[in-house]
Amino acid sequence: MSDPISALQGRSTAGEVTIREAGLCGMITLRGELSNAKLRAVCKKITGQAFPEKAKIALGEDRGIAWMSPDEVLVMLPYAEVTDALAQIDSALAGQHYLAENVSDARALIHVEGGFAREILAKLTPADLHPATFGTGDFRRSHLGQVAAAFWMVDADTFAVVCFRSVADYVHDLLVASAKAGPVGVF
Amino acid sequence: MLTLHCPYCGTDADETDLHAGGQAHLKRYGPGSSDDQFEDYMFMRENPKGVHFERWRHVYGCGKWFLAARCTATLEVFGTYPAQTTEPPPDLRAKISAKRPGWTWGDFA
Repeated sequence: MSDPISALQGRSTAGEVTIREAGLCGMITLRGELSNAKLRAVCKKITGQAFPEKAKIALGEDRGIAWMSPDEVLVMLPYAEVTDALAQIDSALAGQHYLAENVSDARALIHVEGGFAREILAKLTPADLHPATFGTGDFRRSHLGQVAAAFWMVDADTFAVVCFRSVADYVHDLLVASAKAGPVGVF
Repeated sequence: MLTLHCPYCGTDADETDLHAGGQAHLKRYGPGSSDDQFEDYMFMRENPKGVHFERWRHVYGCGKWFLAARCTATLEVFGTYPAQTTEPPPDLRAKISAKRPGWTWGDFA
């Protein structure tokens, strides 16, 4: 079998703010009734995280659960564990109406690291990224430039962006251009 | 620019995050209805200057359809509510009445 390769193979553009593709990340799209106790339990078992509230993300060291919509979460975990995690979900939710799909290779994860990371994103998305509105633990789906993307804060100076693999190159270049243009000084 | 509050994910969505879905609260007439009823359903739309009810989809966000009440003349948004609603909720209607006394829209007032 071929070796898995991430969208940009870890491409990193250094600067005052570094735009770095984070490499392979296991992602499972899980759709179903989110109030279901079994669904919540299996998410907790896989990620070790408490189930996130609406528009939030529960993050651990290398695992997390992101609230995507009223009937969908994105489960993130190490790439190598996805097959096993899917089997756990399938056995836990057997007989119920749900969908669990491995989307690890269909997505790209890009980190924006540095002092004005917030402004780099704010220049590209219509979402309100004011520190009072958007902080660590918040999760937002919107668009960056012309393509759909989801993002959250890893810490005060680091944003993580998830986009479709096919537009990873565009998103990387877009973030680099936004970083190169420098801070605006709004926040 | 229009900013609508998505009742499903609780975020304020910009117009570019949304997809417009036309008039809200259409009653569908299908087989067994008269030609006039079907024509009304198929072609006749409200085109008000003022209070209007529309369908919107939070397409770049949670992907859900919701309904919005707004003023077409001023772009003032009166409120948004879930799509699983057959008529505008009473509290929203009261709010609109306070701001636009005597408004009517289709069968609603």
